[in-house]
Amino acid sequence: MTRVLRAYPQLLRTGFAAAVAYRAEFLIWMFSTNMPLVMLAIWAAAARSGPVGAYSQQAFAAYYLAALLVRLMTGAWVVWEMTMEIRQGTLALRLLRPIHPLLQWSADNLAAVPMRGVVAIPVVAILLWAARAQLAHDWFPWILLAPALLGAWLLYFLVQAIIGTFALRFESAASLFDAWLGFSNILSGYLVPLDLFPQTVRELALILPFRFQLSFPVELMLGRWSRGEGLELLLAQWAYVALFWLGARVAWRSGLRHYAAYGG
Amino acid sequence: MIQVDHLRKWYRVHRRDPGLGAALRSLFRRRYEDVKAVEDVTFAISAGERVGFLGPNGAGKTTTLKVLSGLLHPTEGRVAVAGFTPKKRERGFLEQITLVMGQKQQLLWDLPPSETFLLNRAIYDIPRKQYDATMAELTELLDLGPLLGKPTRQLSLGERMKCELAVALLHRPKVLFLDEPTIGLDVSMQAVVRGFVRAYNERFGATVLLTSHYMEDVAALCPRVMVIDKGRLIYDGGLPELVRRVRPDKRVLLRLSRPVDRRDLEVLGSVVEHRDAEAIVQVSQEALQAAVARALSSLPLTDLTVEDPPLEEVMRDLFAQGRAA
Repeated sequence: MTRVLRAYPQLLRTGFAAAVAYRAEFLIWMFSTNMPLVMLAIWAAAARSGPVGAYSQQAFAAYYLAALLVRLMTGAWVVWEMTMEIRQGTLALRLLRPIHPLLQWSADNLAAVPMRGVVAIPVVAILLWAARAQLAHDWFPWILLAPALLGAWLLYFLVQAIIGTFALRFESAASLFDAWLGFSNILSGYLVPLDLFPQTVRELALILPFRFQLSFPVELMLGRWSRGEGLELLLAQWAYVALFWLGARVAWRSGLRHYAAYGG
Repeated sequence: MIQVDHLRKWYRVHRRDPGLGAALRSLFRRRYEDVKAVEDVTFAISAGERVGFLGPNGAGKTTTLKVLSGLLHPTEGRVAVAGFTPKKRERGFLEQITLVMGQKQQLLWDLPPSETFLLNRAIYDIPRKQYDATMAELTELLDLGPLLGKPTRQLSLGERMKCELAVALLHRPKVLFLDEPTIGLDVSMQAVVRGFVRAYNERFGATVLLTSHYMEDVAALCPRVMVIDKGRLIYDGGLPELVRRVRPDKRVLLRLSRPVDRRDLEVLGSVVEHRDAEAIVQVSQEALQAAVARALSSLPLTDLTVEDPPLEEVMRDLFAQGRAA
């Protein structure tokens, strides 16, 4: 483990160098994360004549700008990398290195955070300028935000890792992830704030893991939870992280037995 | 160093006929069959040996290398490399081996090779002093200096392969699995790679298991060869013995001061090639002495050489025998 910790900074540096090398493609991809802005335009128009539920125009602006920020800072793409490398046989080269491939991919994904930060800074500026009154006034949720964002990223990454291991058996998993993404976009609060859903859907969303990928950090920024509630939800989020981490380990080990390492 | 006992590796593959109808049928009902890539293979390789692993396409060479390097789990049998069970992929095992695949690369495509070197230094936890010494040595042996700072995508195939070899050996592995390391390289670059592999083997006493379709690689590097066909080991021994067993005849190369009639050559043996004042005659081992004496006495010779048949021909005949059997 100490060797992994010693190696990880270099993995991050190399990942960052790769992100910089692909800067144009990377920026285009980042700007394609525009769904919250589209949703903001729609809901802001709907709220022109009066609040929708508890959401005024300014509340929608705060929600979707915070959602955009969370999505920018918690992006991961490991499922596509896994699928491609498994299909092309290049996973073999990762497997030959004495470090778990998921750790290598995690560094690649995390190393892009500074580049994402460049895009996120203007979002933060607009959020502060346009919707400051809607943000949490207490400092405590802001302390919880860092581990909540890390937890959200880990959930997103680990779900992709678990689904990606299906490619070890079936050579493809991206479409399965698309199905997950469909549920996630709805039940994480990415498209619509969870408190605008009907009661039954909302109750379901509150116990599923999707909300911890996006809605929870957004709600922290918007000061929706008391200190105690925020802490409880953070613990629940990290319980899901632990569960998904265990799932990824089991799925990886099991999948590797079926890996056919095609290609010469 | 390497011990393989009754190794079997079978793949389950989905079979379907071509065409839209077959594609639709395969949606509902899939036909699978087992492909026996490696079937009951047993061998042992001592530390420091250089062994050529030969066989036609699909014979099971690469599958065996992948099992030995821990990428594939054997279907049956026992495999040990450097005292480890490869499929467990323990750190101690991965630190002692390397697998170079001529058709796959570990260099980061858009970054200079120096980035991959730094990455591997961190992953293998190579001490700074050892890293500097190894880099200096590899840079000199492979003339890497001008290549390290260029993006990998801008390197030629030969330059990339030199960097691939260097990055694969940075952690000084004790076992080298080389799968077609010279594929696509020009003749001079092939010689560079061969020279480097031999130098590494002699310097560090590393064990080398090499597959290659270029027989020059095998002839230059490997005193011992193993031949695999249809997943079964059909020969394990010295290269000269293999040649004698498969093709016991010799080739007599004749250079003449003037052209001669083909019939004058046919009395020596079977004429393989005849043009102007040069000829190659194939002669059985038993008739060689008499044929050479006759050529010396009856032909206007300027030069006479006796050699084994080309390895390519030997291998072709060997696999043809295997198919006939």
